[in-house]
Amino acid sequence: MSDNRLGIVVAGSLSAGLDIKLDGSASVEDMAVGTYVVVEGVKSSLFGMITDISLEAANQQMAITPPNVSDPFIAEVVSGTAVFGKIKVRPQLFMGSDARSLLDGPRPVKTVPSHYSKVRLATEADMERIFGAEDAKHFHVGNPLDMEIKVCLNLEEFVKRSNGVFGKSGTGKTFLTRILLSGIIQKDIATSLIFDMHSEYGWEGTSEHSKKVKGLKQLLGSKLAVFTLDEQNARRRKVSADYIVEIGYDEIEPQDVEMLSQTLNLTQNACEAVYSFAREFGYGKWLSGVLALEGGEETRILLDRLNVHESSFRNLRRGLDKLSRLPFLVAHARDNSVKRILEYLERGVSVVLEFGRYTDIAAYILVANLLTRRIYDRYRERTERAMGSDETSPQPLVITIEEAHKFLNPQLANQTIFGTIAREMRKYNVTLLVVDQRPSGIDEEVMSQFGTKATYLLDNERDVDNVLMGVAGKNELRTVISKLENKQQTLIFGHALPLPVVIKTREYGSAESYQDFGFKDAAVLKKKAEQDKDELW
Amino acid sequence: MPDKIGEVIEASTAEFAVECYELYGTPALGSLIKTSDGDVQIYGVVYNATTESMDPGRRPIARGKHEKNEADIYSSSPQLAVLFRTNFQALVIGHKIDSDVNRYLPPRPARIHSFVYVLDDREVKDFTTSLDFLYLLANAPFAGPNDEIIAACLRTAAIAQDDARSFLIRAGKELAVLLGAEPQRLEAILRRIRL
Ligand SMILES: Nc1ncnc2c1ncn2[C@@H]1O[C@H](COP(=O)(O)OP(=O)(O)OP(=O)(O)O)[C@@H](O)[C@H]1O
Ligand SMILES: [Mg+2]
Repeated sequence: MSDNRLGIVVAGSLSAGLDIKLDGSASVEDMAVGTYVVVEGVKSSLFGMITDISLEAANQQMAITPPNVSDPFIAEVVSGTAVFGKIKVRPQLFMGSDARSLLDGPRPVKTVPSHYSKVRLATEADMERIFGAEDAKHFHVGNPLDMEIKVCLNLEEFVKRSNGVFGKSGTGKTFLTRILLSGIIQKDIATSLIFDMHSEYGWEGTSEHSKKVKGLKQLLGSKLAVFTLDEQNARRRKVSADYIVEIGYDEIEPQDVEMLSQTLNLTQNACEAVYSFAREFGYGKWLSGVLALEGGEETRILLDRLNVHESSFRNLRRGLDKLSRLPFLVAHARDNSVKRILEYLERGVSVVLEFGRYTDIAAYILVANLLTRRIYDRYRERTERAMGSDETSPQPLVITIEEAHKFLNPQLANQTIFGTIAREMRKYNVTLLVVDQRPSGIDEEVMSQFGTKATYLLDNERDVDNVLMGVAGKNELRTVISKLENKQQTLIFGHALPLPVVIKTREYGSAESYQDFGFKDAAVLKKKAEQDKDELW
Repeated sequence: MPDKIGEVIEASTAEFAVECYELYGTPALGSLIKTSDGDVQIYGVVYNATTESMDPGRRPIARGKHEKNEADIYSSSPQLAVLFRTNFQALVIGHKIDSDVNRYLPPRPARIHSFVYVLDDREVKDFTTSLDFLYLLANAPFAGPNDEIIAACLRTAAIAQDDARSFLIRAGKELAVLLGAEPQRLEAILRRIRL
């Protein structure tokens, strides 16, 4: 332990941080901003992060006539005495040492340690006490830089709120999301519905240099099903989809079209016309109805009666024609896809919905909205019912969406189901896991509701601002974000872990990495079982 | 008990004078010695050793012109050994009451004729487990090159230690704190004690 000793507290305050005078044996050159230290008070210890490092001399004279430090003896004598290093530490967590506080775990800091309290580098054991070891609900997501310690998220806390993964393109968002989902699903914390726009979650994804990495299906087996909107594409990729999703015209509601007004270039009047048609034809039939209008005299009379302008109608028709060309959108669906997805989810099986070739943003918004709304309604109904009786409420559901700003931008956040979910938090056991490379496009209020955020490098100021909205120590964190490397390094903070921490996300893609996740081959599992038995005897 | 080397012939709170039993019998500059006031053991550091005529009126004269070597001077005139005496001063740096060693001034000065002993290695080690006495040394009002005395004291004490270097580093750090405002003085001492 004494190897780790750095120095003593000489001054400081709760708001400005603690001043630590370094011992002669601790070299400033070994210190790094961002490193964690432990301040050992009499009754408790504090956990904090180094935020600044400086050089000091006990006396002005030392700076004017410096001693001859080329002599190693003199150098050793003066360092830490006549001249010394100083570090600034921001207290982060308080850890009592009595049994009670050991059980309670770390708590927020409310005071400073007494003068001359000893300070030492945080050991692996300290870090483990803070970030928890892996267990049934703690999941290893990565390691602090330069440390062989696991940083674990409390997944139970994690799924209680909506969360976000941000960063510019190619930094590792999709990789981290896959890692998070595999933990959540494998540990039975929640099920997930994943809107997989680029088909990288289900069977396999690509890494750099188009190397393949396993998708969630290969790791989670029967705990996850792959649904697709594009059967042909799935077959070509030799992915056996569990279910082919078709969406009937009757399932499309006026608000689905309203959601698409930007993507389909619909005017305000055209969107309003949809509601008139819905009243005219009936809610399940309006789309077929509008698509069937031939444009002759009859149509003109109808438009007149509904008070819809000719140009609005043409604008709407162009948009709807475009929609109707999406092959998975059919007049009569063979099956009710929403029902099927719900069945899986209710059995505890997560669902990846692959879009295949339909990477058109209109398709993505339409499908994601439509399904999420239905599924959410169902969860709300079940949760409310459960509250009134002793029926169990449904297992938490995490809805994963990439390109989240398409749903949660300030114009839409108040209308879309996604905005509703983000704001309601866990009320109905449904939360979001949003993935986005342009967080500034996400509504501020929604952003501030997110429980845990992981952010990779962002190089736009406004993006950083939005991610750090309402976070304590914003300025320090801003510096940290700008120092992240281009890949696989992320700052993660929020409810699911006690402290903001920069981690290198755990490796995903090699055979060993899959094993580390606990996805073992059957043969290995068997051997392990035998070993355990041997050990028992 | 090692042999006594002399006795106290003059004493004050902060220092005392010792006359050695043997001519030239003074311990090395900076050595740690002890005497007592009866109940309390008093520790000192040797400095300012002198050898002079017993009779201040009689100055020595040169005697070796016809002798082969210096030792022959004394063997041809045996009375010389009693005509001169060797004295030294000791700066008080601590005391021991019962079994407590304190590195600060004793309540009373040493008594005249108290015997004086040189500390053995074991006692030196015990006394130097704390270096608080450096404060007394660094601030001693004595006339003379006191930085030399500090350095000599530390060099001598280092010999008794198991790890002389780490002892000197520890002492150096103590001095660096005491003499922070006097970097040149500090460096002069450090140069005299480095290994
Ligand atoms: N945890 C990880 N393990 C292994 N490789 C990783 C990891 N994180 C990132 N990478 C590497 O970084 C590359 C980019 O990661 P990823 O595809 O997740 O980026 P992204 O942020 O989702 O980008 P985009 O915004 O373009 O979708 C990966 O192809 C992979 O090579
Ligand atoms: Mg991606």
